[in-house]
This record gives sequence, C-alpha cells and structure tokens, in this order.
Amino acid sequence: MSSDKLTIKQKFDRWMIKHGRVLVIGIPYFWLFLFFLVPFLIVLKISFSMAEYAQPPYSALFAWIDEGVTITLNFGNYLFLLSDSLYATAYLNSIRIAAISTIITLLIGYPMAYGIARARGSMRSVLLMLVILPFWTSFLIRVYAWIGILDREGLINAFLMWTGIITEPLIMRQTEFAVYVGIVYTYLPFMILPLYSTLEKMDISLIEAAMDLGCKPWQAFVKVTLPLSLPGILAGSLLVFIPAVGEFVIPELLGGPNTLMIGRTLWNEFFANRDWPIASAVAIAMLIFLVVPIMWFQHIQTKQEEREQ
Amino acid sequence: MPEAVLDRAHEDVHKTQPWNNPDAVPYIRFENVTKKFGDFYAVDDVSLDIYRHELFALLGGSGCGKTTLLRMLAGFEEPTSGKIFIDGVDMAGVPAYERPTNMMFQSYALFPHMSVEQNVAFGLVQDGVSRAEIKEQVADMLALVQMTKFAKRKPHQLSGGQRQRVALARSLVKRPKVLLLDEPLGALDKKLREQTQFELVNIQEKVGTTFVMVTHDQEEAMTMASRIAVMNEGVINQIGTPFELYEYPNSRYTANFLGQVNLIEGVLVDDDEKYAVIKSDEANCDIYIDHAVQGHEGMTFWVALRPERLRLTKDAPEDTKYNCLSGKVEEIGYLGGISTYHVRLETGKRIKVTEPNSTRQIEPRYTWEDSVWVSWEAGAASVLNK
Ligand SMILES: Nc1ncnc2c1ncn2[C@@H]1O[C@H](COP(=O)(O)OP(=O)(O)O)[C@@H](O)[C@H]1O
Ligand SMILES: [Mg+2]
Repeated sequence: MSSDKLTIKQKFDRWMIKHGRVLVIGIPYFWLFLFFLVPFLIVLKISFSMAEYAQPPYSALFAWIDEGVTITLNFGNYLFLLSDSLYATAYLNSIRIAAISTIITLLIGYPMAYGIARARGSMRSVLLMLVILPFWTSFLIRVYAWIGILDREGLINAFLMWTGIITEPLIMRQTEFAVYVGIVYTYLPFMILPLYSTLEKMDISLIEAAMDLGCKPWQAFVKVTLPLSLPGILAGSLLVFIPAVGEFVIPELLGGPNTLMIGRTLWNEFFANRDWPIASAVAIAMLIFLVVPIMWFQHIQTKQEEREQ
Repeated sequence: MPEAVLDRAHEDVHKTQPWNNPDAVPYIRFENVTKKFGDFYAVDDVSLDIYRHELFALLGGSGCGKTTLLRMLAGFEEPTSGKIFIDGVDMAGVPAYERPTNMMFQSYALFPHMSVEQNVAFGLVQDGVSRAEIKEQVADMLALVQMTKFAKRKPHQLSGGQRQRVALARSLVKRPKVLLLDEPLGALDKKLREQTQFELVNIQEKVGTTFVMVTHDQEEAMTMASRIAVMNEGVINQIGTPFELYEYPNSRYTANFLGQVNLIEGVLVDDDEKYAVIKSDEANCDIYIDHAVQGHEGMTFWVALRPERLRLTKDAPEDTKYNCLSGKVEEIGYLGGISTYHVRLETGKRIKVTEPNSTRQIEPRYTWEDSVWVSWEAGAASVLNK
C-alpha cells in the first residue's frame, strides 16, 4: 500500500507510534527543566555574585566591557561560609536533627505501616485514609496547633497540672524536643506510605515458610520481613530526611533561639540581611551536601541490582 | 497353601499396606477435626489415619478444605474442635516452628532475597547446625533435586520447575517426620508435571519421609499416592488406594471425581442373594448385577459404568434382555490412542463409551447417527446408593 493513500488519522497514528514515546517522556522533562533546573541555575548564578544595595540586590555576572563579555565569578560567598563556623554548625545541626527525626519516624511508622498492611481489606482503606487525613488541613495551621499543645499554658501542661502530677509547667515549646515532635508529626505519612506499599505487596506465605522452617515470629520478622521491606525503609527515610534537613517553619515556630538549622539561616540571609548571594551559596552548598551522597548511594544500589540480575 | 507361606504373605501385605493391618499404629491421626471460619465449616468432623512412609493424597475440588486440613497439620491453623496427633504426640497448641513437619507451599514461597543455597540452608541455620554440616547437607539436597548448578542463583532467575525443586529441597533438608505438599505440581505445565510426578515419588521412596499431598488433579493423585482421601465440602467422602477408589467407589461423587463414569438412575426391582436387577427410566433395558445389593426392592440406586468397560457394536448382542442399550452415535472424539463416543439413547440419556484404537483402521469405525448397541458384562457395574 502506498503511503499517499493513508488518511490523516492513519498518518497521525503512525506518527504517534514512532514519536509518541518521546512526546510522553518529553513533557515531564520539559516541566522539570522549566521549574527545577532554571531556578536552580538562577540561584547558582546569584551565589557567584556580590551583594549590592541595588535592585536586584546583587552584582551582575556578565558585563559588556570593550565590546566583549566579561564574566566575574565571585567565590567569596563560599569562602565566607567556610570562615564563619555558624554555617558549619547550622549544617551539622540540621543533619543531626533530620537524622534523629528520621529514625524516630521510622520506629513509629514501621509498626503502623505493618499494622495497616495486615489489617482486613475494608479496615485498611480507612486506616490509610486516617494517615492521609492531616494533609487536608494546612501544614502551617497544624504546626500552630502544636504550639497550643506544647506551650507553657498549653494542653499538656494544663492537663498534668490539673491531675497534680506536676506543680510547675514543663518547658516543651522552644526546645529541640518540640522540633522533633513537629518534624516527626509532619513527616510520618511520608514514612508510612512507602513502607505500607512494600509491606502490603509481601507474600504472607513467606513468613509462614520461615516459621515452618523453625523461626519464632520475631525471627521470621528479622530474617524475612525486614530485609524484604528495605526498599520501603530507604524510600521513606529519604522522603523524611531530605525535607527535614531544610525545614524552616517547624524550627522557627516550635524551636527555641538555640535551635540553629540551615533553613532558618537561609531565611535570615535572604530576608533579614538581604544578602542574596550568601543565601544562594548556602542553598547550593546544602544541595551539594544532600544530593551528592544520595546520588552516589543510588548509583551503588542500581549497580548492585544489576549485578544480581 | 502351607500356613508359613500364608503368614509371610500377610506380613508383606502388612508392611506395604499398614492400613490393612489392624495392629499398625497410625503415624498421623485426625480425630473428629472441625475447622470453622466464622459460621462456615471449612473442615467438618474429619477423622483420618495416615501411616508411616505413606504418600497420602487429599483430593477434592477447589474450596473443599484440603489446604485447611494441611495447614492444621503444619500448625498455621488451630482446629476449632478435635485432635491431631503426629507420631503419638498431641499437636494442640504446638506452634508451627516446633512441629516435626515441613511444608512445600503452593506458591513455593521461596525467599526472594536469598540464593537457592541460602534458601535450602535456611532451616538448618535456624536450628544452629554447624557450618560444615550445613554445607554438606545442602549440597546433598541440591544433588538430590538436580539443582547443584543453580546453587548461587536467586529464585527470580529460575524457571517454574526449578523453583519447585528448590522448594522441595528446602522442605526436605530438615528431615521432617512429615512433609506436607500443597498442590506441589500445580504451577507446572502438563508435560513437566507428568515427569515430575515420578521424580517426586522416587525421591519419596529414597528419603522414606511420610508425604501428605494436596491436589485437585485425580490423575496426579492416582499416579503418585499410596492412598487417597476424596474430599467434598469439608467432609471426607472415601479413603482408599487408587485401585479401590476407581473400582469400588462408594458414591456418585467419588465415581465422578476419579475418572469418567456413566451414571444411570434406577429402582431395585429384583433383589436376591446372588444377583440384583435394576429398572431405569433412563435406560431402554433392565440392568442385571451379578452380586447382591445392600437395600430393599423399590429403593433408588445409581448404576455406575466406566466408559472403557462398555462395548460398542453395530449389531445387536445375542442377549438383549439385560445390559444392552440401543441408541445413535451423537458425538465422536478421536484422540489417537482411543476414541470416545457419545451415544444418545431413545430416552434422551447420553452414554459415553471409549474404545482403544488397537488396530489401524482404513476409516473411522462409526460415524454420526449410526445406530449402535452398548453392552457390558454383569460384573462391570458398581451400584451406588448416594
Ligand atoms: N482464613 C480463612 N478465612 C475464611 N475462610 C477461609 C480461610 N481459609 C480458607 N477459607 C475457606 O475455607 C474453604 C476451604 O478452603 P481451602 O482449604 O483453601 O480449600 P482447597 O484447598 O480445598 O481449595 C474455602 O471456601 C475458603 O474460602
Ligand atoms: Mg488449596
């Protein structure tokens, strides 16, 4: 059949078969390019400039001088980050708080995910719904609610004083403890959902097989369930850890003045000091600190999986 | 026959058929075991004895409670009432990990994160067996199931048949008193299944373990099992050797489940010590049975006739008074080795007949709408009352 006899629809279908794949994959790539890569490049650019009292408040990177383009790269911002121990402390603090929060979230989230995955069919969707339910209220409002709970005159103190267990109110708000409460509370669903999806897929007969071969229930858990849920543990931990490191709202509202986290530092540089170049350098450094180890880790993992195939 | 010879013959029978020896002690015993899920009786008052070294099959359609019975033996389910003994020990309250049984799961349930070797070693590691010994026993087991070459592979890199072998090795390596197999060959294709049936029987004979197997495939049960329990809706219908079940079914259900059968409903009209006559509206002749029938005249019975025991002829047999139906060939199935014919009687009843094609024919012997006679020996029929 010669091609000039094809109808427009047939031509379109053939074109789609040939190029449809590229189109489908291309759209999300374009989206990511536009809303992730371009802003990143702008921030990167600002981090190499100098602060100025101007609009915008930083020097230009490219300049026309003598009919040529000159690029002025300023590494001073990054050197400044190294020279002031405030930044290093903030980074380390953020990573420590995020890591501890991730572990607590995992310890709380795992049993919950396990329970939901093993619940009866109708019960399961109800429980999952309850996990997702908090998302229907604004994040900010929920964190504010914790102020009301943890405050000096908050719910917990009022209750404990009323029962007579304590006579002096406990100081909970504006401590690191409150930050942990906030982070764990906020990010728990991000831990539960990937864990649930791996645990739910797991074949119950694997656990029965382990018990049949002599494992007590807890041994079957350690030897079979836990290793098989590792992908869920990793996914959940990354989903909690990464945003927790850069968290700003929770330490700002619940943490005290001593809770130094990188998100707050960043905010201060941008809005209090209006030093955009330094703030950008902080953001880029954080990205490198976080993304590079994670990419390396994923690379190792894919390589290991390939070796197993 | 001299008495000594008779005694020896008895001894042999008692050894190979312990169920015929009144003194033999059963190895596994179900005593009035019932399992309810909510209001539903999955297993209903089952009593069953299984002897040492048997390859015992639980046979029945889907949902009849076979797996539930097996899982109660393994310790994954507790009976609602009744008792289970293994080697004389009451299993009530004994958890799965302390029972002397191992199970080969229907889905194989191989651990996906472990290699073939690690899967097989799992039970031994759990028991704290020394490393050298584990290595040796795993190697022996893998050799037994011919999987030595694949020791380092992960389950997802194996074919269905190979997975089945690994599952078998893993459940046998701990030398359980009883090996439980839930549809062990269910996931294999037909050719491989037939081949594996014999291998499994050979392995059972080699290791001498008592096997209790669940299957819905009557051919598989008959090929492999020393005895079969036919189950239906949570109840055991009949227990016996493949021979006993096929030749002497106790009910229409068993007769139908094992092999093919024509069932003709009729009424007992002549009841003697040596013979019986049954009259049927479905058949256009009276049915003569060469043995006495338990019952009284006027009772309803079903005459069970195996298709291969029926003779198909174009001419009327000499004696057309008894056991001689006439009809027309309605359907023909040529299967190479045998042919099957459906004969429609004037009463509308269809009778299935199979004939071996033992000699080469120039053309098919019968064709559609041929008038034919179906006849049989007086001893060929079983008479069933349920
Ligand atoms: N855990 C359970 N809860 C409720 N009903 C069950 C459960 N296990 C099995 N059953 C029911 O018991 C019956 C017998 O099941 P099963 O022993 O698996 O049958 P088979 O193996 O013979 O196909 C089925 O009707 C099944 O739906
Ligand atoms: Mg089953």
